[in-house]
Amino acid sequence: MKKNKIYPKWFIIAPLILYAVFFLLPSLLGVWYSFTDWNVRSKGVINFVGINNYIEIFTSNKNYSAGIINTLKFTLISNVVKLIPALFLAILLKEKLKGKNFYRTIFYLPSILPFLVIGLIFKSILNFNDGLLNSALEFLHLDFMKQKWLSDLAVVWKSIYGVDAWRGIGYVMTIFLAGLNAIPSSYYEAASIDGANFFHKLRFITLPMLTGSITINLVFGLTYGLKVFDIVYVLTNGGPGHATEVLTTYSYQVYANGSYGLATALNTILFLITTVLGVLIVTYMSKQEVGE
Amino acid sequence: MSTNTSKIRQIKHRIVTHRSQIFRTLIKQLLCLFLTILVLSPIYLVFINSFKTKGEAARMDIALPTEWHFENYTKVIEDGKLVQGFVNSMTYSILSTAVAVMLCAMAAYVMCRNKSRLNTLLYYFTICGLFVPVNFVTVMKVLQVFHLAETRAGLILVFTSSMIPFCVFTIKSFVSSVPIQLDEAAVIDGAGPMQLFFKIIVPLLKPILATAFILEFMGVWNDFITPLYLTSKSSMWPMNLAVYNFFGKNSSYWNLVFADIMLTCLPVIIIYLLGQKYIISGLTSGAVKE
Repeated sequence: MKKNKIYPKWFIIAPLILYAVFFLLPSLLGVWYSFTDWNVRSKGVINFVGINNYIEIFTSNKNYSAGIINTLKFTLISNVVKLIPALFLAILLKEKLKGKNFYRTIFYLPSILPFLVIGLIFKSILNFNDGLLNSALEFLHLDFMKQKWLSDLAVVWKSIYGVDAWRGIGYVMTIFLAGLNAIPSSYYEAASIDGANFFHKLRFITLPMLTGSITINLVFGLTYGLKVFDIVYVLTNGGPGHATEVLTTYSYQVYANGSYGLATALNTILFLITTVLGVLIVTYMSKQEVGE
Repeated sequence: MSTNTSKIRQIKHRIVTHRSQIFRTLIKQLLCLFLTILVLSPIYLVFINSFKTKGEAARMDIALPTEWHFENYTKVIEDGKLVQGFVNSMTYSILSTAVAVMLCAMAAYVMCRNKSRLNTLLYYFTICGLFVPVNFVTVMKVLQVFHLAETRAGLILVFTSSMIPFCVFTIKSFVSSVPIQLDEAAVIDGAGPMQLFFKIIVPLLKPILATAFILEFMGVWNDFITPLYLTSKSSMWPMNLAVYNFFGKNSSYWNLVFADIMLTCLPVIIIYLLGQKYIISGLTSGAVKE
């Protein structure tokens, strides 16, 4: 009774309405429209076509299903590529080291820059003929390592992971650092006296004490990976061919061609994957909170 | 005799460990230095090439320009419609973030203080949005219904809505650290809910509000996909989209593209350097809490 007076319900209403109308409603509408033939020519006349859009996605020769696989692959690999080096980097910058605050500032810097800009910069750096990377390799007499970074099927994904790691490692590292700072140094001292080496300490102190940061990084990393758009769109635009197409780039392309129904079907697949993941995580979080 | 040899051994051992420590520090410093170069060289490349002529910039090397062409910047500001883009970006970032942070602070505060079943449910319902992507195709449809399609107000509302889950999530975990006794004291002194919140609670929430504001401000500034879907008129483009379009038209003028990039990044870099403290604390509040 009293609580409702001091903490009025209407404080919640405005953001809730905005969130429901401009965020959730479109996603749910998307589920409905994914069963229709809505397109640029349908002037108000939208027909229900059942699961035709989904049949198109999984059977057509446009290979949309590869976009789904690529999205999952990107999510998995981009996280491995960022999390492991970031952990060691955080451990390195946790210890006594001259200039570590400077290094922290610098390593975090890329993650504040617009993705679009990073994409453009690396488009220039990875250029085959006169890009900085190939010139540097030439300068070091490592010509055999020169690659068509953005047009060779065998290396294009590696380039994307590389650029993504360049931007993201500092961010992951910062979250790890916060977790590391919360571990009492007496644990390490005690372990040293018992003769533990670096890997013992990592295995038996650092990793178990770091579960909070690891969870946060995984949650942010997974959702980022599933929703990835900018970096792929700007670097390769899904190419060469459709080799690096992910769900969001396919969806944008289909949307730009005017097949709105099909675009929403692709978005709906992503919506379902992320919702399952989100509900799992939120359920886990709510149990944690009750346990506290 | 035997004590002597053991002493010598000890000293030798100490020297060896000391040496290996110096060696290790050296390796660490070299590694950090290497990574610093890795991070900064692309930024240096952009900076240095933005002052060159078209021909020199096409070679994309890291040499200093033979002549410094500062006029690249004035040219790109005119041709790239950057003033318009800057005003747009500022408008979108400031308005949408200010509205979202204020509204979410109110909501998070009530959700945290009055943990009724409904409020708890609404909280989890809201933070599910952390994971879900925005379906821009149907956002267009919703905006049309409200006659907000292709308007600045519509775009700002979409930005605001999409940051609500994150703001509620971060602000709520901070509210729980503000002692509830303050509320009780204020109520006894006769404060109403509005007074209590804006006079007592908001000043205490300042650090997290600053964090949320800075992070989301940069988020909107860097957002590319939202305006890509929702704006077709170039007069509504934020800097981001203006740069992309400029690149599409002038992709062989790397000097101008790089000048454009410098100007787009400058605001976020300034904000980062000024607000670094808040950014780090915001990122880490969740990590330490667990």
